[in-house]
Amino acid sequence: MTTPVSTSAHTSPTKQVLRQALNHRGVMFGAFVVLAIIFIAIFAPMLAPHDPYEQILSRKLIPPVWFDSPKTTWDHILGTDHLGRDYLSRLIYGARISLMIGFSAMLISGVIGTTLGVCAGYFGGRIDNVINFVITTRLSMPVVLVALAVVSLMGSSLTVVIWVLGLLIWDRFAVVMRSATQQVRGLDFVASAEALGSTTPRILFVEVLPNILNHFIVIATLEMAHAILLEAALSFLGLGVQPPDPSWGLMISEAKGLMFFDGWLIAIPGTALFLLILAINLLGDGIRDVTAPENRN
Amino acid sequence: MGECHLTFLKQNGLDTVIAFFIKRLVTALLVVLTVSAMTFSMTFLTGDPAIAVAGENATQADIVRIREYYGYDRPIPVQFMSWLGRAAQGDFGQSLYLNQPVSIEIFARLKTTMTLGLSALIFALVLAIPLGVVAAIRPNSLLDRFALTVAVVGQAMPSFWFALTMMLWFGINWRILPVSGTDTWAHFVMPSIALGYFITPGVMRLTRAGMLEVLRSDYIRTARAKGASGFSILFKHALRNAIIPVVSLAAVQFGFMLGGSIVIETIFAVNGLGFLAWESIQRADLPMMQAIVLVLSVFYIMLTFLADVLNAWLDPRIRIS
Amino acid sequence: MADPVLSIRNLTVGLPVKLDRKNAVTGISFDVRPREILCVVGESGSGKSITSLATMGLLSPGLKVTSGSIDFDGRDVLKLSNKERNAMRGDQMAMIFQEPMTALNPAYTVGAQIEEVFRIHRTLSAADRRAEVMRLLEEVRLPEPKRLYDAFPHQLSGGQRQRIMIAMALALDPKLLIADEPTTALDVTTQAQILVLLKQLNERHDAGIMFITHDFGVVAEIADRVVVMRHGEIVEQGTAEEVLNNPQHPYTRALIDAVPRPMTEDTTPEANENPVVIDVQGLNKTFTTSTGMFKPARTVTAVNNVSFQVKRGETLGIVGESGSGKTTLVRCLMRLIEPDNGAINISGVDFAAKSRSELRSHRKDIQIVFQDPYGSLNPRRTIGSQLIQGAINFGIPRKEAWDRVYKLLDIVRMPHDSVNRFPSQFSGGQRQRLCIARALVVQPKVLIADEAVSALDVSIQREVLHLLNDIRDRLGLTVIFITHDLRVAAQICNEVLVMQYGSVVERGGVSQIFNAPSHDYTKALLSAQPGQNWDMPVFDEGDTLAKI
Repeated sequence: MTTPVSTSAHTSPTKQVLRQALNHRGVMFGAFVVLAIIFIAIFAPMLAPHDPYEQILSRKLIPPVWFDSPKTTWDHILGTDHLGRDYLSRLIYGARISLMIGFSAMLISGVIGTTLGVCAGYFGGRIDNVINFVITTRLSMPVVLVALAVVSLMGSSLTVVIWVLGLLIWDRFAVVMRSATQQVRGLDFVASAEALGSTTPRILFVEVLPNILNHFIVIATLEMAHAILLEAALSFLGLGVQPPDPSWGLMISEAKGLMFFDGWLIAIPGTALFLLILAINLLGDGIRDVTAPENRN
Repeated sequence: MGECHLTFLKQNGLDTVIAFFIKRLVTALLVVLTVSAMTFSMTFLTGDPAIAVAGENATQADIVRIREYYGYDRPIPVQFMSWLGRAAQGDFGQSLYLNQPVSIEIFARLKTTMTLGLSALIFALVLAIPLGVVAAIRPNSLLDRFALTVAVVGQAMPSFWFALTMMLWFGINWRILPVSGTDTWAHFVMPSIALGYFITPGVMRLTRAGMLEVLRSDYIRTARAKGASGFSILFKHALRNAIIPVVSLAAVQFGFMLGGSIVIETIFAVNGLGFLAWESIQRADLPMMQAIVLVLSVFYIMLTFLADVLNAWLDPRIRIS
Repeated sequence: MADPVLSIRNLTVGLPVKLDRKNAVTGISFDVRPREILCVVGESGSGKSITSLATMGLLSPGLKVTSGSIDFDGRDVLKLSNKERNAMRGDQMAMIFQEPMTALNPAYTVGAQIEEVFRIHRTLSAADRRAEVMRLLEEVRLPEPKRLYDAFPHQLSGGQRQRIMIAMALALDPKLLIADEPTTALDVTTQAQILVLLKQLNERHDAGIMFITHDFGVVAEIADRVVVMRHGEIVEQGTAEEVLNNPQHPYTRALIDAVPRPMTEDTTPEANENPVVIDVQGLNKTFTTSTGMFKPARTVTAVNNVSFQVKRGETLGIVGESGSGKTTLVRCLMRLIEPDNGAINISGVDFAAKSRSELRSHRKDIQIVFQDPYGSLNPRRTIGSQLIQGAINFGIPRKEAWDRVYKLLDIVRMPHDSVNRFPSQFSGGQRQRLCIARALVVQPKVLIADEAVSALDVSIQREVLHLLNDIRDRLGLTVIFITHDLRVAAQICNEVLVMQYGSVVERGGVSQIFNAPSHDYTKALLSAQPGQNWDMPVFDEGDTLAKI
């Protein structure tokens, strides 16, 4: 009756989760693609066959090699754009911009949202009311529109885009961390830590945070994907990354006018964007599956 | 339904209901006030708004005249109060570009955006709810996997790229649908799908999760113990409860969609509020931008209020306490 | 003797793979006859609920009947089509569940939910259906049937909801009624009322009742015949008289032995000359709730002017039903909740008057063990780091702290290598031992046990109670023991406070409370204890349960 029901004697929850993750198809696929894109982004100068900025107008609009066209050449596997720039090289450098913006904006919003959410959830009462009000206010402002307006007023640059997105998309962090914290706060081990004389920061960092970390990771992936999509949309509307920098959103925007003749011009960067977002989302969903299956939805 | 409403008033007393609505309304007004302040502060993002308004080739005298004309020389709180006071009466000032009151243009465009938003919402709900229900009935079945794939793919596809791709196939290659404008209902098909599919995954997942949870609940077991048929269990007992959170999600997502319609409207040249916002941003028409942000925010706040009321109406646990 | 209405033969229900056991239920056979109450008794994991669900055809998808038959009214229900089963369920066999709070659909009125049974199985006019529902509401003794008809489940108490469930089950006068722990989630006074109701209904209806329970007191109260289950097998069955008073199987004997006994002998506690450790004066706590959207904020008095003292080495029991304010009282005592006013003197320090930061250095004097063994340990930290935390917080050097931890692990009889493990690797009873060790690591003067054994099976409950007694005597602790169960309080306490609606209604020594209660509520609580007329046999087989 009193024998512990355990399959493995000394494994920590973290190790168990890792083992499950290794058997989860979504996690493995997502992790593989994301890591591959990170690798490509880091080693872009070595991997890119051409200078992504170099315009050779005589070689413009060469289709990718699998097209049945006399212009195709293995020198430009994915062809060239309307200014004769190598499409593959621009795609490779574009990964840098997507990842950098996604990651930085996610970090900024993660810090803001988690701080607000944990404080609201842990302290409750008046603090909770105030933070809830702040969250409601933020949610009522249309993200894309405000981002566009602010970027257009302040002038577009990578830094501005990162900060504007980071300051706008913390709402989901705040909402999720708040309810997760509330849940943990109600558990008896927190009361017991209080009774054992642990200080509030100690309780927050040792008892609460490790138990909501899984939620953080899940939201972090989702928000990173969200930020990348928003950047692409901003760039697509001409208010994000500015030419000649290669952003996938901007590449689609630049090809918009030509897409009726050369559909591949939008298909290639679109697919790249789609794959990256898909991989990040699958990774996030998978992490949620293995860490907190009860929160699946 | 009317009967429901009567018991609702009877059991709570009119005054508690009114008290609730007043409390909720005060919060909403406070949010509107805060949003207004933030919208208003956009004026000063660029430094001196007079210089921005005057444009690049203005002389110093022009700038001074503009500053006085628009009242930028007054203290900021005074400017805010007068802006807010006028906004409350529907007067958002004069468009810098169109030479007419901002409000006229906005209300002219609002109808198009509403049409687009509503049809997108209907598209999303009609697709997402049945898919979510079916997925929940047989978890891990082929249908469930299909539904999950739709959700995962939907979430990963950039909406503008999806819109362009649709345009390419349906508009250009197959010539089934018109690619731009708002002349007929057919013009709204692609924009609605492009706008609506984005919220489909969320609604689908919530429906599925809600159904799964409800189907596992004790009262479903009670219904089965009573001998209720599968159909009655699914629709009368389960969906009735699972749909409650979906309704409020739909209301909130509708608000998000209107805010996000700028991309889709731009692509399909749908002459709505989003398109107007984009034009205004291009023209640096600040009063117009502010007004659109404010109108959409207020609309969102009204939607969440509506969602609360709907929730209370659907859920007897909230309605009668 | 009448033919059985239900006869289960060699029933085996398989568990999904990868569990520690192959079958949930292995080869069991028993009968239920018309007009009899058959109690199926067992601890958690004994397979008793699975048996009832298999009979109703309500097993969850992972579980499958692998062999055997369930003959109901001459037909094997395992061979019926879904349609035939649906026609049978609710009409000829009906079921009541453990959790009345969640067993009713929150979206419909209770009247409509009872009516649904008639809608499904009979063709009656709306007026007739309504009349039937009114009749049933009266039969299960619900007040104001007309008003209740339109009530939603959340407006009713647990006891009322369980009566609705019973009304629903009896609607069509079934041949078999299955009641799966129908009173476990209820307060003891409500439980007594429901048991009386079931007995009365049993006299008026012909149904055979299969009553699942873990509580031998309840068995003694209502059973005609008893089936004892353990690990999915039947260890003993017979008439209530045989099984209760002359059990044959050692497991049954050990289970009966572990049932908390009511106080019978008159033991006047020896006068305790020790100093007062806890002195509470005029403690109050009110909550303002505003949970419902349209609910005006309501104030609830959770603790109402409570005063008491406890001397060193004593165990004070605080007994009350749910909502009596006993948990709020002890949480206020520790300042885990802020009391509104009053004085709390713990060995000379006024806990109520200190600021929260001043209080921290005094917190070690009073420690607590909670009810839920699963929520009271942090799942992400090793047992060792959680046990040592308190000592570290109070500046004990690491080495000395570890010494204390190991010593305490010995005291609570847990192996030393527990420190490297995580909570998920321990059972409920083991977790409670670890929680006791964690509380003791700061060498408190007072230990509060807040329903610390309520979530445990009787056999484990008994071990933990022994442990608490042992520790109190060895370490000279003062213990406050919160429980809803008077029988448990009687086993461990010197004195008992009885609480109702936030106030102390009676205080006295254990024998006084049991043999000469003065307050009506205490009397009601005592008379509601199930199985009072059962003279429990004593086997004194000690810790046999742990061995077999």
